[in-house]
Amino acid sequence: MKTKQIVVSLGATILGLAASPAFAQAVSKDYRFLTFAVFGGIIAVTMWVTYVAAKRTKTAADFYAAGGGVSGLQNGWAIAGDYLSAASFLGIAGLISLYGYDGFMYSVGWLVAYITVLLVIAEPCRNIGKYTMGDILAFRNNPRTAKAFMAVSTITVSTFYLTAQMVGGGVLVKTLIGIDYEVSVGVVGVLMLAYVLFGGMVATTWVQIIKAILLVVASLVMVALVWGQYGFNFNGYLGAVVADPSIQAQVARLLGDAARNMTPAELGQRFLEPGLLFKSPIDQISLGMALVLGTAGLPHILMRFFTVPTAQQARKSVIWAMAIIGGFYVLTLFLGTGAAMKVGAPAITEIDRGGNMAAPLLAQYLGGGKDSLLGNLMLAFVAAVAFATIVAVVAGLVLAAASAMSHDIWVGVVKGDHATSDEELRAARICSLIVGVVAIAIGILARGQNVAHLVALAFAVAASANLPVILLTLYWKRCNTGGVVAGLVIGTLAAIGLVLISPNMTYPAPVRATQEKAIKAADERIAKLNAELPGLADPTAQERTKQAIAAAEKVKASADGAIKALGGATTSIVGLSEPLFPLRNPGLISIPLGFLAVLIGSLLYRDRRAEEMWEELYVRSNTGIGRAAAAAH
Amino acid sequence: MASTALNWTAIDADPRFQELHRRKSRFLWGLMAFSVVYYFLLPVGAAYFTDLFKVNVWGAINFGLVFALSQFVVAWGIAWYYARRASQFDALAEAIARDAQRIGASR
Repeated sequence: MKTKQIVVSLGATILGLAASPAFAQAVSKDYRFLTFAVFGGIIAVTMWVTYVAAKRTKTAADFYAAGGGVSGLQNGWAIAGDYLSAASFLGIAGLISLYGYDGFMYSVGWLVAYITVLLVIAEPCRNIGKYTMGDILAFRNNPRTAKAFMAVSTITVSTFYLTAQMVGGGVLVKTLIGIDYEVSVGVVGVLMLAYVLFGGMVATTWVQIIKAILLVVASLVMVALVWGQYGFNFNGYLGAVVADPSIQAQVARLLGDAARNMTPAELGQRFLEPGLLFKSPIDQISLGMALVLGTAGLPHILMRFFTVPTAQQARKSVIWAMAIIGGFYVLTLFLGTGAAMKVGAPAITEIDRGGNMAAPLLAQYLGGGKDSLLGNLMLAFVAAVAFATIVAVVAGLVLAAASAMSHDIWVGVVKGDHATSDEELRAARICSLIVGVVAIAIGILARGQNVAHLVALAFAVAASANLPVILLTLYWKRCNTGGVVAGLVIGTLAAIGLVLISPNMTYPAPVRATQEKAIKAADERIAKLNAELPGLADPTAQERTKQAIAAAEKVKASADGAIKALGGATTSIVGLSEPLFPLRNPGLISIPLGFLAVLIGSLLYRDRRAEEMWEELYVRSNTGIGRAAAAAH
Repeated sequence: MASTALNWTAIDADPRFQELHRRKSRFLWGLMAFSVVYYFLLPVGAAYFTDLFKVNVWGAINFGLVFALSQFVVAWGIAWYYARRASQFDALAEAIARDAQRIGASR
């Protein structure tokens, strides 16, 4: 039982690492044992799942696609687990808690994206593909060329997504329980590697299912508690939101001068109206395009359709996923507004400026607050769910990238499709190890970098490169290898290139100017407060002034740090002093470019095989002939 | 795998497959177009029809909120409707798959 020993000792090592002392944040030190207990429970369950899965993972088909033996319902939960990252669990609840309506509007695109997956992608992918997106393209295009380019694009998209998850996950775990950043990244990385390496797709699927169930249960309990106070009356609940003083104060803060003539009721109502967060509608539309078209081009999502036995099960899995994902986003409306009322924006942003702590802090409040055992147990549970979320998403990403490396590049391109199942299984495990180690390294090296836009970039590349080539290979008779190569190259380069010259990058001059202004303001405030200090007789007033001085010093120090972080740079990493492209999201331009490239590339290039294989592809894609027999072994 | 034995051109040309292709294409792309248009009404409406979005419908609930929530209902509705229609396509596809060998041979 070699695997069992390794798995058990891994679990113990991780718990030991996580328990090493550091500083506490959302979870207070006295209650950290609770978090570790819940973490330990989740790790133990997933390790057991991995152990069982490892025994069942004997062939390459098992490793990549769980042998095609996942049911539609199971796959639906796994898709939800694969898709609902910490960004959607904690991030969207946070956005709603700080900005109200705009945060909720943001969540809609993430669900609507699945309509594209359901209608045009899931079933054909199941009927045509085997283990990777490269397989779909290789069906009619030149197999070596198509697989090589698709693999590079898969690895690119997965790496962007992975970097955002590793860095974001490291910061989250650190913020939640106060362990060191490097330790959190290491723990996430080692756990994810254990699942993927030993249990392949079977273990990854079950870890994603477990995580999705935990996430939904945690959200349901919290919503029941927060909405139940208002008798589950939607209108009454929103009435309380509008009448809530801390929400009114937050809206007043966001609006600044514009709020001066508004009544408290108007301020509260404003929270449920658009425009507190998003100022650029074109950017929103551009992001919406990347979401709606990009999800259907995400390798780790498409890969899930190779795990079900039939196209009907693939369809069923998307419908389940839409029910779970959509239901979850409706719940976040309550989580976000609940946190805005019960915890309040200042307390949320004190720990994390982006609002990620809204849901965890709401859990703590609902259980009885900071000093109660139940409150801290609930916080521990939500923290553990967030942790499971990160690990499950990362495992899916690593599996997708590793499959592209081993199945497409090593077996498809290098070995010309001649490899035994054992050889391929070994290659897949080696590639998983490489991708996993690289992910941990990137996570540690990218510490402190702003990686939030990398998720949007992953979606943009998926929508601009992957989706056009998959869609047109499946539905357009004239599509061929020339179009696929042109689409992948131009779509990817356009999306990345536009982001490099967009406002997402750091432009030192304006940053320096803002921070210098902040330092100057802080200096003036400190001088003013110091001048007042001797005149104050009341000790409490003196104390308050001293605290205000300390706060101003802190602001100054962080501004100083921001300037130091720029180093001597005067331009962005591509040498610009200001953005050339005005949008943060490149989709609006890069998606049409990607489609255009496939069209033009296909028309300019002649590829007999792509023409000859069209009828077979189209018949198989619509009827499942051939594939249905193959899945039964 | 029976792929080499099948005459794909013949199956593709089979009237039943052509019927499946026609019905499925029209249905899928129509539904796809509807869902995309309906979704983009949300960011466009929030940005350019703010006054409409602010109209209170019932208590604190305004049109914008109702519209955003309707996106979920419409998405689920599309999924439900598609699943219903897809079972008809399944029946057609199954009939073709059953006759696949015969269609190729009769040419």
